[in-house]
Formats: sequence, C-alpha cells, structure tokens
Amino acid sequence: MWQYVFKRLLLMIPTVLGAAFVIFFMLRAMPGDVCELKLGGEGAYVDEAQIELCREQQGLNDPLVVQFTNFVGGLAVLDFGTSMWTGRKVAYEMGLRFELSLQVAIMATIVSIVIAIPLGTLSAVYQNSWIDYFVRSIAVAGIAVPSFWLGILILLALLSVSDALTGTRWTPPIDYVPLWKDPAYNLSMLIWPALATGYRYSAVATRMMRSALLEVLREDYVRTARAKGLTETLIVNRHALKNALLPVVTVIGIEFAFLMGGLVVTEQVFNLNGLGRLLVDSVTQVDYTMTQGIVMLIVLIFVFTNFLVDILYAWLDPRIRYS
Amino acid sequence: MRTKMWKFALGAVAAAAMTTGAVAETPKSGGTLNFVVGSKIPSYDGHIETTFGMIHPISPFYSLLIRVNPDNPSENDFQCDVCSSWDASADGLTYTYKIRDDVKFHDGTPMTAQDVLATYNKIVFPPEGVASSRKAFYKMVKSMSAPDDTTFVMNLEYPSGAYLPAMASPFNYIYSKKDLDEHGMNWHQKNVNGSGPFKFVQHQPGAFVEGVKYDGYHHEGRPYLDGFKAISAPKMSARVQAIEGDRASIEFRAFPPKQRDDLVAALGDKITVQESDWNCVLMATPNHERPPFDDPRVRKALTLAIDRWGGSEYLSKIAIVKTVGGIVFPNHPLAATEEELVQIAGYSKDLEASREEARRLLKEAGAEGLKFTFNNRGVDQPYRVVGTWLVDQWKQVGLEVDQQVNPSPVFYDILRKTGEFDVSIDFNCQSVINPIADVSKFLPSAGNNYANFEDAEIEALYDKLARAGTFEEQRALMREYETMVLNDKATQAITLWWYKINPYRSYVKGWKIAPSHYLGQQLDQIWLDK
Amino acid sequence: MSDVTTEQLEEIRDRPGLLSQIATFARKQPLGTGGAVVVILYVLMAIFAPYLTAFDPTANSYDSQFVAPNAQFPMGTDEWGRDILTRVLYGSRTALFVGFTCAIVGSTVGLVLGVGSAYFGGIVDLIFQRIMDVFMAFPLIIMALAIVSITQSLQVSPESSVYFVIIAITLPLIPNCARVVRSSALAIREIPYVDAARANGFSDTRIILRHMVPNVMAPYLIMITAFVGQAILLEASLSFLGLGVQDPVPAWGLMLRNAQEFIRTEPWIAIWPGVAITLGVFGFNLFGDAVRDALDPKLRSQ
Repeated sequence: MWQYVFKRLLLMIPTVLGAAFVIFFMLRAMPGDVCELKLGGEGAYVDEAQIELCREQQGLNDPLVVQFTNFVGGLAVLDFGTSMWTGRKVAYEMGLRFELSLQVAIMATIVSIVIAIPLGTLSAVYQNSWIDYFVRSIAVAGIAVPSFWLGILILLALLSVSDALTGTRWTPPIDYVPLWKDPAYNLSMLIWPALATGYRYSAVATRMMRSALLEVLREDYVRTARAKGLTETLIVNRHALKNALLPVVTVIGIEFAFLMGGLVVTEQVFNLNGLGRLLVDSVTQVDYTMTQGIVMLIVLIFVFTNFLVDILYAWLDPRIRYS
Repeated sequence: MRTKMWKFALGAVAAAAMTTGAVAETPKSGGTLNFVVGSKIPSYDGHIETTFGMIHPISPFYSLLIRVNPDNPSENDFQCDVCSSWDASADGLTYTYKIRDDVKFHDGTPMTAQDVLATYNKIVFPPEGVASSRKAFYKMVKSMSAPDDTTFVMNLEYPSGAYLPAMASPFNYIYSKKDLDEHGMNWHQKNVNGSGPFKFVQHQPGAFVEGVKYDGYHHEGRPYLDGFKAISAPKMSARVQAIEGDRASIEFRAFPPKQRDDLVAALGDKITVQESDWNCVLMATPNHERPPFDDPRVRKALTLAIDRWGGSEYLSKIAIVKTVGGIVFPNHPLAATEEELVQIAGYSKDLEASREEARRLLKEAGAEGLKFTFNNRGVDQPYRVVGTWLVDQWKQVGLEVDQQVNPSPVFYDILRKTGEFDVSIDFNCQSVINPIADVSKFLPSAGNNYANFEDAEIEALYDKLARAGTFEEQRALMREYETMVLNDKATQAITLWWYKINPYRSYVKGWKIAPSHYLGQQLDQIWLDK
Repeated sequence: MSDVTTEQLEEIRDRPGLLSQIATFARKQPLGTGGAVVVILYVLMAIFAPYLTAFDPTANSYDSQFVAPNAQFPMGTDEWGRDILTRVLYGSRTALFVGFTCAIVGSTVGLVLGVGSAYFGGIVDLIFQRIMDVFMAFPLIIMALAIVSITQSLQVSPESSVYFVIIAITLPLIPNCARVVRSSALAIREIPYVDAARANGFSDTRIILRHMVPNVMAPYLIMITAFVGQAILLEASLSFLGLGVQDPVPAWGLMLRNAQEFIRTEPWIAIWPGVAITLGVFGFNLFGDAVRDALDPKLRSQ
C-alpha cells in the first residue's frame, strides 16, 4: 500500500511541472503587456520610457529561462511571487479569495448531495417509470441551462418576489463578510450562487447515483436478500445504498475540485470576489505572476483530489495497487 | 483670488426636478455612503495610475493643490484645496500659491509648501526610475520652489491656457515630504497617508475600500459623511441591482439609458438622475500606412458614411453616447457650433448626399466594395455598441467590414505595439476640460495618436494654437485645425461624444454631476438625507 | 433482466422494419426519443432557416428598435431593430456548427490519441497520460482565454470569429475523450487476438484500424453525443465573458449577452435565445443519454 501511495505521489510531480510549463509559455504567447495596459489603459498619453521602466521593474525584460526558473523555483517552496498588477504578494491576494471560493464550493457540494442522493435513489428504484423519467429530466435540465442565465433569473426572481411580498426590493449583499462574523449576512449572500451551481452539479451526481445503485441492485447479495423476503425499502436502505455511494462520492470529490476554480461565470453574475474572478481579471490584465499562481493552485487542488480518490480506491480494492 | 478661467455652461441636465430643491436644504451630518465601482485598483498612487478604478475609492483620502469646485463641477471653476489663494504674474509666467497652515496629514504631520513642492517635483520632474503618468501635461513648467512654508511658486517657459486646468488634475494627490523621504517614491503605491476628508480604514483587494471621516479636515464643517465604502462590482448588472436593492446608493461612472429607465421605473422618486455631456469620445482611426487608407479619399469616405445626427437619436437609446461634436468637447466656447460643424465632411444634415459622395470617392480611389477588419475593444459600453453601429454605417456605402472585438490587452497590443490593423477604434478621454491640451491627441507626433502618419502642416498649426494668446485667436486656430484634421486630411473619424447618466438613490445629496468621471470624487460635499 | 437480451436478439434475428424499430426505441427510451425529436427539429431549423423567415438576421433597422412581440415580429425585435425570431433561427446554424464540429473533432482526436496510447503502451503511454493529466487539471476558462487571445492576434481568418471559438472549445474536450477511449482500448489490447495479429506480422496501423478502433466505437459515439450539448453551452459561456463570436453574427450566447442590459424593460430580447439554448442542450443531452444506454456494454448486459 505505502509503495503505491509513494508511486502515486511521484506521478503528481510531472503533472504539476507540466502545468507550470504550459501556463508559463501560454501566457507569454498571448499578446499584451501589463505595463502598456497599466499606464496606457485609459487612453492617456504614455511615455515609452515609463513603459520600459515598468517592464524593467517587473522583470519582464529578463530572459525567459530566468523568468521560468524563478517561477518554478518559487513554486518548489510554495512562493508564488508578487502580482505584477497590484504589487502585493500573490499568496496574500489568493488567500483573500480562497475563503469565499471554498465556502461556495462546500455549500454547492452540499446542495448537490442533498439533491442527488434522494433523486438518484428514486430514479433507480423506480427505473423506467414516470418517476424515473421525471427525475432524469430535472437533472438533465440542470446542465442544459446556461449558468449565467440561471443566475440572472434567480436575481430577478428575488427582486420581484421581495417587491411583491414586502414592497421593498431585496437583493443579496454584494460585499462578503466571513461566516463567523455575521452568519445571516454571509449566508444571505452565498446561498444563491450555491443553489445555482449546486443544482447544476447535482445532474452528474444524480446520474451516477442512479447507475451505481442499479448496478448494486443486481448484485448477488441483493438477490439473496430479496429471496429471503426482505422488503425493497429495507434492501435499498440497508445494503445497496451504502455500496453505491463510493462512485458518487468520487464524482462529487472531483466536482469539488472543479468548483474551486470553475465558478468564473457565476462569480461574475453574483458579484463574488472569488478565485474565478481573480483568475479572469488577472488574465485580462496580463498579470503573469498572479495568473500563474492561481492556475497552479487550481492544478494542485485538482491533482491532490485525484490522488486522494485513487488512494481511497486502492485501499478499498487491492487489485488496483498491482495493476 | 484671480479667476481668469472661462465660465461656460455644459448643458448638464438634471432630469428630475427634485435635484433643484436640494439647493435650499442644509446638509445633515452622519451616515455611511456605499457606492459601487466597476473597475479595480491597480495601486493607490494617483501620480502613476490613470483609471477611475483608483480615483473613485482613493480620492477621498487625499487633498489637491487646486481642484474643480465639487459644488460646481460642470464648469472649469477652479478653487483652492490646500492653498488659500493663487496669483499669476502679468506675463503669465509665474504662478504663486499661498498654502494653508492648518492642513494636517492623517498621521498628524502638518502640511507645508515643502510637501507640495516634493509632490509636484515627483509629478513634473520625477527622478530616474520613478514613474509619472501625466508628466507630459507640464511641458510648459520650467522650475518650481517653496521659498517659505506657506508659499509655492511655479515658473513657466511660456504662458499657456493649458497650465491651470492641468494643475487641477484630480490625480495630483499631495503627499507628505516626510513619507517620500523616509519610505521612498514608491511607498504610496501600497500605503495611504493623505490629508483628505476621509481616513483610510482598510482595503480588501477585489472587494472593497473603506474610509472613515477625518475630524481634522481643513474645509470647515466637512465632510458630512461618517464614512464610505467603495464596493467593487465589475459587472454592470450587479451594480444596477445593488442600487435597486439599496446595497449601494450610487455609481459614479455612468449607466446606459436603459438602466436609468429600469431604475426609475422600479423605484420612482427614490431615484434621482443627473445627466451631462462627457469629456470622452470614440473615434475610428484608419492605419495610414496600409493601402488604401493612405488615400485621403478613402478615409474621407469612411467619415462621410457615418450618420451622426441620426445616431445621436437612436444610438443614445442603447449606449452611453449622444452628442454630435468635433474634436473639442461639445458646448465649450472653443468647440464648433452646429453651423460650423455641418461644414465638415460627415456632419452634413443631408445624409444621402454625404453617402453618395462617399461612394463616389471610393469609386474614384478604386476602393469600391472594399473589405477590411475593424479592431475593437472588448468593453460593452460604449465600444462594442459603437463598433457594431460603425460596421453597419460602412455597409451602407458598400464597404464590407469585419468587427474583431479583442480583450483589452490584445486590443492595445494591436493598436499601440504591432500597428497591424486596417481601422481601429480609439478614444480620447480626459478629466479636467482642457481643449488645447486635449486635442493634441490628433497630432501625428503625439504618443497616443495611432494612425501611423507624419504631417508637418498639422504640427505647425497646433504649435501656433498652443501658443495663441487671446481667446479669439485660439478659437480661429482651433477651427482651422479641426477642419484640417477631420475634413481635409480626414486623419481620424470622430463618432459621438459620450453622455454621462447617473441614476442614484435620492437620499444622496450634495453630489453634482461633472463632465468627467474623474472629477469631484473627494466626497466631502456629499451628505445623506435619511 | 436477461430476458431483455433475448428479446433484443430476437428482434435482430427477425429484422423488423425501421418503423417498428423506432417504435421499440421510443417505447423503451421515451426520454431519448424526445431528445431525438428536438435534435431533428434543430437540424431542420438550421437547414431551412432562410425559408422560415423573410428578414435578414444582420440588417439593422433603426425605426424598429425594441418592438414588443406582435404579428410582424412574433418574438419582437432587439436593440438594433433586428427580428429576434430570425436571429434565433439563424443562431441554430452557429450553435450546431460549433456543437458538431467541436464534438466530432474533439472526440476523433481523442480517439486517435487514446487508442494510440493504449496500443503502444510503455513509455509512450506514460508520457501521454501525464500530458492528458496536465490538460485535465488545467482550468478550462484560461485555456479558452489564451486560445482566443492568441488566435485573434494572428488575424489569420478575420472573417469568422467562429473558428477561434471552435478551437478554444475543442481543445479541452480532447483529454476527456482520450482518457475514456484509452481505458476501453487497454482492455481490448489484452485480448489474445491482438497478440495473434501481431504475431502474424500485421502492421501497427492495420491492427489499430482493424481491431482496436472498431471496438472503441461505443465510447467514441457516446462522447460525441455528450459533447454536442456541452460545446453549445461552452460557446454561450464564452460569449457571456465576451470571448465568443462577435456581432453581428447571429448566435444565441451572444444574443443573451447583449440582452442582459435589457432583461428588465424588454424581457423578450433575453428570453428566446435562453430558451433556444436550454431546449437544444436538453434535447442533445437526453438523446446522448439514450445513446449511452444503448451502446454501453455494461448497461446493456444488465
């Protein structure tokens, strides 16, 4: 087992290095220059010497090899450098957003579990009935609606409903306050994006839950239980559900990793100051260091989640370790 | 104090009658103002930044030497901020500012003329390795000094109508000499120590900036607010909703007309609207190095095809542009009147005749049915809207145009660095109205003219204009310059001037719309009537 | 459940007519059939768009800005006075073109990479897998942003921003497909007849094309159907972020983006393109699910 864990850990290194390589050169292949944008972005007259000075200060005139070595060398000690746009530490800037992104990701995951497990179970138990079709339609609709569209509709609904009920128009807060400081305020802001993304991501989990449960329900021990005359409810609750959950947990785990970096559009609609927004901002500002930092953070989260999932599987199913 | 500046009406329209009632009211103290900002803060240093994303949240922390009067921002009505008076010598070469002795920085240090001197030295004569974005505005400045703690003197090379407006730039925050000496010239990029109406509390990058009332503020009785919070909201729909749900009271840049109508329809008299012409304009810049745009006939056809008077009507329903104008900010005394404008190619009220002429010119130049690419910037308001309009206008004279909407970095790269474009959108957006300086944009030698050409005639004419002594002389030369640029040589094609619309919560009082979103942002004049 | 298989076998033996086959499919897969109907409707819409409307989707008409739905304009007009019905109809062309091109190109490249990697194994497979890992872990949005920026500055084909969008959407789809195909192909590689074919001295190409590829067609087809809806949605998201196709091209995502500003006062501008996307993706996904159920051997055996 430990050997497998070690081997799996070693395999993470080329992935992380590869991602570092790709993002570094991808950014430099993109046209644009942080100094041009910072100094001339509003159309004012800019002195070429000022731009040159800025490029020098940002280390943009160093040879690419030097820049790349600095970047990877920093990564090795988890130092992401300084943002070219704000001049603050990339780690500090990311830390500010990480809290919010993490909370939304957790809440969305909870929403998606709360939706997926009962619906998926219903769908499997009543396979090919109208209940099944209905549940599957709801799930598929979740991935069919463009997420920003759903977000805009939720916000509009809140405005109209609050106006109709209380006479004043209510919108969610637009400034983030940590959960422990003001739970009500915090939740009244984050519950909406969590619902929108949670519903969306529940579609895959519902489908997974359904097929995993269907598979388990055909296993021999379930047949035995049926033969013994146990009620279907008892079989599902006692035996099948537990065994069907593993693949669902896997799917949810991987989705969680995606949620940490993939909320770009939702963050825009709900005005959340999260990692996704920071990422888009930093790319559109040609802020190399910041973009590299966020991408590497997202890659690390993804790679590490996958690692955990693999280890979990290997622990449960020894055959994997030797294949 | 001598007030030698022009007074002129800018046609600032208060759409709602309620604003006029505000004159008689006495300001109330207290309350926190929440406002939304659609852009981000690159750094806190006004001397190097150029964006309203920095001006809106940071200006309340600082004072200026002179400023545009926030109670009357629609005119070039300059007033002292940390000075008590200023005087110009008869030859217009020496300006003497008397500095107040009761101004204190937030850290307790008293402000003297030495601080003003250190600040303006950083702006006008930055040492090697220190950036200063508006250095070029002060070309006429020869030297400066602070003979004593309450006197600051500037000597000019030549008298210039562009000098005083440049001094009122909202970016020229007065820094403490002590900070500059102790911490260096870059300290203010990440730290705040000003003498403005509000003290810095905190900044959460990407989220908000918070300020609290400074009790030692030098303008008696101000500020009225206890504090403010500038909340970042890059998406326009989020900003509109924030005002509708009363999460924020105001947005200081502008909303398009539909958003104004939304808010008024939803909230009635809880919303007040102020509107004004805006000192920004978009233009279509052809690349003179690329045939057939080296041919003035083709360039003239481009501007002839544009229906400016019609666009002023229907485009103003969907974009933040409205007013037809030449190269000078509309309604300014130096700007062309309507009679003068219609003489310029593309400004005639007879659209069909203009377009017929455009087709004829294209045919003559052998550029009938020309296909080209239009480089646009990926910002909805008003770039993308105006771009889509231009493409349609050119289609009317048989031109086939592809619009390429690029993210800002790509757009700038093409416009400024590679110059690989046929025709590009370009813009001229300034703060204090300063036509003689502002129209330098059209000089072939200007750093921000991207049309890629050289022209000694234009240069010579502008040089005469910049040194013109009397207003009449300035105005005559300005007409000549405008006709040369827009009509005879058709170097660039002006579209419509921007139009600033600010709908906000009616309980916000004391705020007057300015012709620029950079002006009047210290917030000392604002109070809440709750 | 085994009786289902017998039933199917009997059906195949009896070779029933196409109609009765469809009827059986419709009975077994009512959702999939619904999806198929939507897909067919959308394809017809794309083909016959010019015959279904009298308007030009890109012609501005300044005297009919913001007309509410009426007899002349059943879905109303937008901010440029263009008929929304016409733009929705023509928009299906953009959507389906982007959807199908991305799905087919992405899956095919994935198929080639996946099969190749599984067949050659060893160091090739190891390196290939690491590369796929990198692309899987990479945030999609940054990939799309980068590709759009890079391709636009090249100005290779200024006529059509559609192609940049297609590249940006296709690239992230490749590793997903490659990974699934590879795992299927690995299983096939272990089957003795591949070794036998090798022993007989058949060329690699022949073995891959004759023996491996036909056996991974099921996951390949599943991937294609799943990707169409995904690609249409991605196009809409990119448009929302301002990176998609550009005005005046009629495209649903772009229409939605422009409509955001008017959603309060002129809701019809925003509703129809949203409905078109949602219904289309819904249909493609239901159809895709049915195809998966029909082709996935694991599910079929049950």
